[in-house]
Amino acid sequence: MDSIEECGSLLLIADIEKRFKGRLSVEASVRIPHGPSTTILFGPSGAGKTTVLRCIAGLEKLTAGRIIFNGQDWTNMPPHKRPIGYLFQDYALFPHLRVSENIGYAGKQSRESIKSIASMLKVDDVLDHWPSELSGGQQQRVALARVLAREPRLLLLDEPLSALDAATRDHVRAELAQVLRNLGIPAIVVSHDWVDALTLGDQMLVMSGGRVLQVGAPPEVFKRPQHPEVASAVGVETVVTGRIRRREAGVALLDIGSTQLVAADPGGDALDFYVCIRGEDVTLEKGRAEQSSARNHLRGTVSQISVAGVLTKVTIDAGFELVALVTRQATADLELSTGTEIFAVFKASAVHLIPNARI
Amino acid sequence: MNWEALNTTLELASTTSVILMGIALPLSYWLAFSEWRWKFFIEAVVALPLVLPPTVLGFYVLIAMGRFGLAFTFRGLVIASVLYSLPFAVQPIVAAFGAVERKYIEASWMLGSSNLQTFFRVIIPQSWAGVVTGFVLSFAHTLGEFGVVLMVGGNIPGVTRTLSIDIYDQVQALNYSSATLTSATLLVISFVILSIIYGLNRRVWFFAADRRHREAV
Repeated sequence: MDSIEECGSLLLIADIEKRFKGRLSVEASVRIPHGPSTTILFGPSGAGKTTVLRCIAGLEKLTAGRIIFNGQDWTNMPPHKRPIGYLFQDYALFPHLRVSENIGYAGKQSRESIKSIASMLKVDDVLDHWPSELSGGQQQRVALARVLAREPRLLLLDEPLSALDAATRDHVRAELAQVLRNLGIPAIVVSHDWVDALTLGDQMLVMSGGRVLQVGAPPEVFKRPQHPEVASAVGVETVVTGRIRRREAGVALLDIGSTQLVAADPGGDALDFYVCIRGEDVTLEKGRAEQSSARNHLRGTVSQISVAGVLTKVTIDAGFELVALVTRQATADLELSTGTEIFAVFKASAVHLIPNARI
Repeated sequence: MNWEALNTTLELASTTSVILMGIALPLSYWLAFSEWRWKFFIEAVVALPLVLPPTVLGFYVLIAMGRFGLAFTFRGLVIASVLYSLPFAVQPIVAAFGAVERKYIEASWMLGSSNLQTFFRVIIPQSWAGVVTGFVLSFAHTLGEFGVVLMVGGNIPGVTRTLSIDIYDQVQALNYSSATLTSATLLVISFVILSIIYGLNRRVWFFAADRRHREAV
């Protein structure tokens, strides 16, 4: 239980225990500080993320626990009295109402302000359409406009990007990050996509099997998973910040720590990125190969070796901390131990760049 | 053709179906959304008039009416008709309410609407065809009612003599030409009403824009 002082510094305290008949139970504690921040509920499907969101919204009754928002007890408050903006996974736009009527449903806004919300989200040209006439990206923006028009004090977004195709998703994700930052409304976002977590999240809760396994800032959680399940849920072992030095012919040269590496140019004007590399994508070589299609050959020394399931996790100091996942046989063949000099090799396409707007 | 009987019949059917809407809408809402474990008892009670012989229902209603002095009156007849046509109003509406996807109801709550507001703004508009079907079906069913009317209403011209009773009387009196005309009238009215119901449930006019869009794609 929290002390009174701690309650005062927190906007949301949710201690959730929810049991379903014959199904997995969910036990999770969520804390959100005052002020604008985005919390990512991260984990594989079936981890209980949506259940946590639905409990906070009042759409599910708690088996035990409490929900305190801004000092007010929400535990038994009916859902329509909670000033929450809830974005449903498939948006749930009312099919019997036009776009403008959907956005104005909460009845808090004048015609003018509905128009201005719609134009902020670039759906002012489809106000007279039916929801079924919209593209996936437009539906998502209309649903967000409808949520914002109710003037929520807490946003709950359930997999806001999962219903979109890959091309639209990147675009809409960037817009969503922009909107969340501009609004200054605290948000909880459910996602199983590590790109969402890095792009949108200030804080991240990793869930699996109905439990919270780790809480922290996304880059920290990615770099230092405290649990094998978190590591496998996250799936990206190396996350470092980098800055583009030069771009040419679709390739970007980045400064990372004291070294440089090559990645596919993500486009746009941004210079600062999270540089993400999966451990499986990193090959270890004793000497430098004469010719290779891989663009990145980094010399480094092994700083740590640990077991990760059937694989071995090799941490290399290559000017930044780089993690490789290799088989035990490879570890033995290369005679790897702490201090071994080694080349870490990976393709430019194995380097994922996520815009880092927090610098 | 007995115009007086036609008038009585139409008055009875419209009064009954209007009253039934007042009962069936809240009852259907409860039946569609309640999670009470003994709900099926209430469902069985509502469905009872479907299988019970009209004479049995009529008999009990007659006994009950007698105590309030309502036997053989138009008002008594309305009460009996409401009971008799209840499943015809309730069942299509329950089916339509049950077909409203949960996410729309939850979305309405999350936009600040109470259960009552959600009922009128989401559930009713999305169940429109089912509600009209319930109304029209209870109207049509009351039109053709015979056994209960005979038991409860008797056969008082201008008060409780309906078309179906009138036909029975004409046939008893071997007055076949009059019975033919009245029967044909009921047949046509019933056919038109059922056509309306089946037309509605094809949803030709419902979500017309939605349909047009899907056809265009």
